[in-house]
Amino acid sequence: MADFEPVLSRNWNVPDSHTLPVYESRGGYQSARKALTTMDPDKVVALVKESELRGRGGAGFPCGLKWSFLPKDRKETFMCINADESEPATFNNRLLMERDPHQLIEGIILGCFATKASTAYLYIRYEYINAYRILEKAVAEARAAGFLGKDILGSGFNLEIYVHRGAGAYICGEETGLIESLEGKRGWPRIKPPFPAIEGAFRKPTVVNNVETLCCVPHIVERGADWFKSIGTPKSYGPKLYCISGHVNKQVCVELPLGVTARELIEVHGGGVWKGRKAKLVVPGGISMGFLTADELDTKLDFEDIRKPGCLGLGTAAVTVMDDHTSIVDYLYNTTRFFAHESCGQCTPCREGCAWIYKTMKRIKGGGGRLVDLDIMLQLASNMGMMPGTTICGLADGASWPIRNAMAKLRPELEDYINTHQEGVRQITPLQEAIFAGQLAEPNLISISLPILNKV
Amino acid sequence: MAQTAEKPVMLSEAVREKIRAYIPRYPSKRAVTLPALHIVHEHLRCVPFKAMEEIAEILEITPAEVHDTMSFYGFFPQAPIGETRLWMCRSISCMLTGGEELLAHTCQKLGIRAGETTADGKLTVEFAECLGICDFAPAALADDGRIFGPLDEAKVDAMLGELKRGPSLPS
Ligand SMILES: Cc1cc2nc3c(=O)[nH]c(=O)nc-3n(C[C@H](O)[C@H](O)[C@H](O)COP(=O)(O)O)c2cc1C
Ligand code: SF4
Ligand code: FES
Repeated sequence: MADFEPVLSRNWNVPDSHTLPVYESRGGYQSARKALTTMDPDKVVALVKESELRGRGGAGFPCGLKWSFLPKDRKETFMCINADESEPATFNNRLLMERDPHQLIEGIILGCFATKASTAYLYIRYEYINAYRILEKAVAEARAAGFLGKDILGSGFNLEIYVHRGAGAYICGEETGLIESLEGKRGWPRIKPPFPAIEGAFRKPTVVNNVETLCCVPHIVERGADWFKSIGTPKSYGPKLYCISGHVNKQVCVELPLGVTARELIEVHGGGVWKGRKAKLVVPGGISMGFLTADELDTKLDFEDIRKPGCLGLGTAAVTVMDDHTSIVDYLYNTTRFFAHESCGQCTPCREGCAWIYKTMKRIKGGGGRLVDLDIMLQLASNMGMMPGTTICGLADGASWPIRNAMAKLRPELEDYINTHQEGVRQITPLQEAIFAGQLAEPNLISISLPILNKV
Repeated sequence: MAQTAEKPVMLSEAVREKIRAYIPRYPSKRAVTLPALHIVHEHLRCVPFKAMEEIAEILEITPAEVHDTMSFYGFFPQAPIGETRLWMCRSISCMLTGGEELLAHTCQKLGIRAGETTADGKLTVEFAECLGICDFAPAALADDGRIFGPLDEAKVDAMLGELKRGPSLPS
């Protein structure tokens, strides 16, 4: 699409784009003015519903519909902005916050106005240190200019935004894990229902939205639902920030209409696969989503088409490219280690399954794999998650998907690896290593050193 | 639960004031747990058990509740860490571009293992899962906000030299 005009990232390269004067000089806060002075909240909800904006945080749930689930007779509503962005290879929210924080604040104002929330908590992962500093300044600027606080723009609408920092846990990106963490507890996702719209933060109706979702809202208010629906593919409308990283010449974040193909993204925007090589595996939207193989690269990266080759979904649209020198074993080892590290430990299938699969992958990688391990891993993966109905949250589905995809798409390569990598080595756990070296066995060493079934 | 005069306190009045300033933001005092842990961590470079007791007192919850939350996040050390904390990413995009080897190189160069602090107390090096700076992969992040990447061995050496000069103040 040659005539596509970026909107979410349009200010990114303007000097001082993070300041209020620059944002206002580029037309900023006009949508907030328009909505607060000429529209009523339900009209904003209806407009967003009409635009069919789908959540950008991973699940793709229609945003306007989510807002309309709030009970009509509610007295108090909270808004939580999900800026925990921890899905590996994803960094678009960081850029949105660092380079155009006022666009997000305007989106929050509109979202809160529509849902009648007068307190918004922006939950930002701790590692976004610069983004946090920039946001704190931007919130103060917006408050001083009267865009936050009491009786905003004379509309009678009040709003405070508080930036709340996380502490390095992936699971706090799950919306109810986020809420628990916000309340000062461990970030354990809650059993749903009740959904946050009915009972969320501090037991009050709560909306959780991703940063990019809210950044779309000012543009929808300004240009209308038809404009939004003129971009993208059926059921996946609007602009999207795609991240590209891994084995490409240019690791970047680009704004494109939803539905660009993986091939175009790599060839045109990522500058091609590095070292003149070919792509072997492409992760479409964070590692939870599974992967595309070299002959599936013409798949459109939108909410619908991406499922055809068996991926879990669009996720965060963070594309990781692996060249043809990459071993599937290294990829699986890395992803399974991530989920074993990040499982919150509440549900047995996830806690034990993620750890078991990781240890198995470690053994396979080390040259002690057995063909039957592949069946065991697939069995474990197929039985953990919300879809089989065995876990509280979707982390387990995400953890299972790379394994499921690998068994469906690249099993021969795994079998080949196992057959050709029989080192005959004994697997030694970190605990055994520590004892052998005469070191103190620290508790965290013990917890990761449960014995694994291991006959060579 | 009044504070007796002779009981030694760990958190200064200034720190307590900083924590209390967060209370009006939330409908429950317990929600200030994470902000309080961060404030204490910033001042002491760790969160000892005594500090958790004092946080609990300010927030009118039990020390066990503070400890429960604190221990869930692998973020708060019990003993002081180095002047600068460095996270090196080991997740997918950094792994693909050499992140794991660079972490090994860093540890070898400093003579420590991941998670440890150099003998001069200047630098703590930890592995991290995706830091959200994959456009700099393979990447590392210092806890003063400095981002390093894309790294190679020479750039790691330069980075370590820079980090040893101490944290950079926020602008
Ligand atoms: C394990 C897990 C991690 C998640 N991490 C994030 C995240 O980091 N950021 C995010 O916006 N959504 C994340 N989500 C999705 C949220 O639960 C939720 O769907 C989203 O924040 C809703 O916002 P949206 O409708 O605007 O997309 C995660 C979900 C799961 C299951
Ligand atoms: S599925 Fe995993 S991460 Fe999610 S609540 Fe259960 S144990 Fe925790
Ligand atoms: S994968 Fe290393 S910063 Fe994202």
